[in-house]
Amino acid sequence: MRLLTHNMLSSNIKGVTNGFPLRIEAEKVVEKTVEMNPDFLKKMFDKIQWKAFVDGSRAMGFTELPEEVDSSVLESDEFLSRFHHALLELHLEEGALVCPETGRRFPVNKGIPNMLLHEDEV
Amino acid sequence: MASRPELLAPPEVFYDDTEARKYTSSSRIIEIQAMLSERALELLALPEDDVPKLLLDIGCGSGLSGETLTENGHHWIGLDISPSMLNIASEREVEGDLLLGDMGQGLGLRPGVIDGAISISAVQWLCNADKSSHNPRLRLKAFFTSLYRCLANGARAVFQLYPENLDQRELILNAAMHAGFAGGIVVDFPHSSKRRKEFLVLTCGQRSTNTSVTKGKGEDGESCSDDESEDEENKTVSISDRHRPRKKQKHNKGGKGREWIMRKKEQMRRRGNDVPPNTKYTGRKRKDRF
Ligand SMILES: C[S@@+](CC[C@H](N)C(=O)[O-])C[C@H]1O[C@@H](n2cnc3c(N)ncnc32)[C@H](O)[C@@H]1O
Repeated sequence: MRLLTHNMLSSNIKGVTNGFPLRIEAEKVVEKTVEMNPDFLKKMFDKIQWKAFVDGSRAMGFTELPEEVDSSVLESDEFLSRFHHALLELHLEEGALVCPETGRRFPVNKGIPNMLLHEDEV
Repeated sequence: MASRPELLAPPEVFYDDTEARKYTSSSRIIEIQAMLSERALELLALPEDDVPKLLLDIGCGSGLSGETLTENGHHWIGLDISPSMLNIASEREVEGDLLLGDMGQGLGLRPGVIDGAISISAVQWLCNADKSSHNPRLRLKAFFTSLYRCLANGARAVFQLYPENLDQRELILNAAMHAGFAGGIVVDFPHSSKRRKEFLVLTCGQRSTNTSVTKGKGEDGESCSDDESEDEENKTVSISDRHRPRKKQKHNKGGKGREWIMRKKEQMRRRGNDVPPNTKYTGRKRKDRF
């Protein structure tokens, strides 16, 4: 799972009012190179919740994103390539996603988060 | 498909390691799923601006449908309830991100972030009660409501499905309409028992788009044999379009709030644009309906 998906995902447990963002516990992170598309990055920049993104990337061991941003950063190639790397090239392979409200852990194995809820959580 | 797999066992049991491998190595299945996915993507009617979209593949299985999305340049998130199917997807190194989850429990995704959703040969599974705690009606409701929430305004969701009978089609359609979707069913090749395919095409919120894409193929009464050489583009329409008054528009659809507007205005000012001054009316709440 990449930060692209992490940034869209929230805990869906019954009764939880703010399940976003899920806290990342990383045991293993892998990198896969993909081609950069500035148009896609610019579009995603509007959708991304930046703080969750920065925290997530830090949890995955990448610390080169600015804490605060506005849309002017999109003019910097250096920024775009960092954003690209964090958004699309880092994969959480093993670890967990933790619900911010309940502390419930959703394990991540072989890159796949297990988001299945127990019956009493639905 | 000789008998309906949905009736044999719950999906996560039916699609075990053996079945998942069998499914994904059948060239016939690969070809059919690719064709269905192409058609679903076409029915999504995404804006043709060459910018990759973030799509959802619901019941993504081993990634056959997702591959079509990748080939068309899009990013996707795939959800499936069968660990065996997902394992094969990751073995095959599909490009999409995979989630193990049950669509009947609702999708845990932020509001308005997804540009479109496809689901190929999967949603009919929701009509079965595989556990005593399962109520198909409630599960369909949880699914469609959460899907509606996470789709961007104007985005579509296209489901290719194999409803077992009229009641099932009605059940699915009703749940979708109740969640706020507009749309209907498109039937391709309705006169051909072999090629007949059904797509549920749903739109979230409004979009001033042409409806020309929402046409069924092969429904003009002319002989519709299973001959592949027929010119598919010349077939005509088959759609049952339904509309329901849109609800829930006030939540996060377009309503970004005063703070957001102020921030954007500030940004525009810094760039030297001419921006109206902030007043007490800036970003004020509107009446729910007008
Ligand atoms: C016929 S396969 C299609 C897979 C893929 N879309 C393709 O085109 O090859 C149907 C898939 O739906 C999945 N499925 C069934 N019920 C589900 C549910 N409640 N939540 C998520 N996935 C489900 C099954 O596990 C299976 O992988």
